[in-house]
Amino acid sequence: MNTQFWVIQAFNGISYGALLFLVGSGLSLIFGVMRIVNLAHGSYFLLGGYIAISVIAGTGSWALSIPVAALGVAIVGLLMERVFLRPLGFDPLRQVLLTVGFAFLFQQAALDIWGGNNMDINPASELSTSVVIGGIYFPAYRMFMIGLALLIGVGLWLAMEKTRMGAMVRATVDDAQMARGVGIDTNRISMFIFALGAFLAAVGGVIGGAFLGVYPGLDFEMLPLAFAVVIIGGMGSLGGAAIGALLVGLADNFGKALFPEISYFTLYAPMALILAVKPTGLFGRE
Amino acid sequence: MSNQQVKNLAVIAVLILIAVIVPRSGSFVVLLATRALTFAILAMSLDILLGFTGLASLGQAAYFGIGAYLTAILASKFHFGLGWDFWLVTVLGMFAGAALAAFFGLFAIRASGVYFLMITLALGQCVWGLAYRWNSLTGGDNGINLTGGRPQFGLDLSNEVTWFYLVLAFFTAALILLYVLVRSPFGRSLAGIRERELRMQILGYNTWLHKYIAFIIAGAFGGLAGVLWAHTNGHVSPETVVLTTSVDALLMVVLGGAGTLVGGAIGAAIVFGLREYLSTLVPWWQYVLGGVYVLTILYLPSGLMGIPARVRQWWTQQGKDKEPEKLASVPSS
Repeated sequence: MNTQFWVIQAFNGISYGALLFLVGSGLSLIFGVMRIVNLAHGSYFLLGGYIAISVIAGTGSWALSIPVAALGVAIVGLLMERVFLRPLGFDPLRQVLLTVGFAFLFQQAALDIWGGNNMDINPASELSTSVVIGGIYFPAYRMFMIGLALLIGVGLWLAMEKTRMGAMVRATVDDAQMARGVGIDTNRISMFIFALGAFLAAVGGVIGGAFLGVYPGLDFEMLPLAFAVVIIGGMGSLGGAAIGALLVGLADNFGKALFPEISYFTLYAPMALILAVKPTGLFGRE
Repeated sequence: MSNQQVKNLAVIAVLILIAVIVPRSGSFVVLLATRALTFAILAMSLDILLGFTGLASLGQAAYFGIGAYLTAILASKFHFGLGWDFWLVTVLGMFAGAALAAFFGLFAIRASGVYFLMITLALGQCVWGLAYRWNSLTGGDNGINLTGGRPQFGLDLSNEVTWFYLVLAFFTAALILLYVLVRSPFGRSLAGIRERELRMQILGYNTWLHKYIAFIIAGAFGGLAGVLWAHTNGHVSPETVVLTTSVDALLMVVLGGAGTLVGGAIGAAIVFGLREYLSTLVPWWQYVLGGVYVLTILYLPSGLMGIPARVRQWWTQQGKDKEPEKLASVPSS
């Protein structure tokens, strides 16, 4: 265990955290605005990966597959929110239970369309190289992941803090009733945020597909990790999601490397503890 | 006869019918029914939380898992629980489930609503993580095979029909115990907490303690279901404690009707029926399962058990304006 071990593990953890940020930030925003836990969020991740595989098979362009998959899944999310979740009104538990049903439906649909084999997404060849810094090899693809997550994170942050729409979203997160009272159309906000969350999860699915693979069951593997991000960071908070993703990414990597027998335990036990002590998460708003 | 007596008689009649018909319907149906009955116990244990206390748990598989792993580890490593001591294992399994719930409850009971859902999910994932990674104890991804077979003590439990009868007996016992529990003053206080916790607090109830005890009882019955599952399946793996098992249990309760006990059993029968019977007939069975589930949430918030009430309501209220219906068992915030 020399410096090299720590540097590589930390780098892997941070890049994994970048991926988790894409999945977790959407889940967090959806929770903040609608007060529901979207249990189909892992399915958006999986569907994103699968759609990207089809796009790559059809056009051969990896770069094109990211926006197509993200927009496609965003439309799926939009329809789900409009047609099924919205008519239930404000009844979080029923809405949560409904998202479970959709997770199962998406699972079956994915199995029917893309089959049960483990598939891979091959990114553009420029990204499959490595960069050598100080004698340590850093895969360019993982650097790209970190860069993309930073870009999206900063973009989201600017949108939330500097635009009128962002202010309306923040108002809805803080107090939906009050927001409605001052004339904010929270109905439209929740539609927009749900689609955005699905969009981000699908981007994560395409990006993550290159090193996790795309296979049935990935949806319910990603879901608890996304939860961990949201819970540690605090629900409805973008900065919290970023810090949560970083912590979960590092905890996951170091846990697996240092204490493999209890690695998942070291990830989920702190999550349960944080929830018990501060249900709104470390950086959540009261 | 009161309404309740009629319902009880109907449940008894159905149980007798199951006992008579299933063993005559071939080995596949016997296996299916045994599995469904095992999960029915798990679903009923969850119903104590979801239906009667208003706590939606997404971690019920943890207690199921600890019962199953305890049985498998004792049987495969110590050859314990394969004779008369099987009864001791069932008690141990319930204790293990209760003890785990007593520990987890300290964290979980503080939360309510969606937060409770998430904290139980996190706790369930802790158990799954240990089962998946703690190779030396749990066999990791491969799990544990119960190579010793089922217990033998005068009864030959390796016979599927005998085993089915034993599981049915356990199910019936669990149903009676839980029925008595929910009709007891304690059960009534749980319903009070479900309807309005603040009011119960003002009336002087220690609602935290009531919820904590309900959580422990649910854990104990989850553990029992796990013990039976280990012997039904002959194999225990992280699949037993994975998130989807908890989700399945939740689905069964909601499908059948939360707050009715037998609803969970009906849900278990439907889920297993669709999953294992329909899947041999058509490849798109999961659409049916998912579709049935989505439609139930949208149009039958009180589950399949709510159909008679809906029909009666429709019968008597025809022409009048219908009251908007809410999921009866769940607090709206």
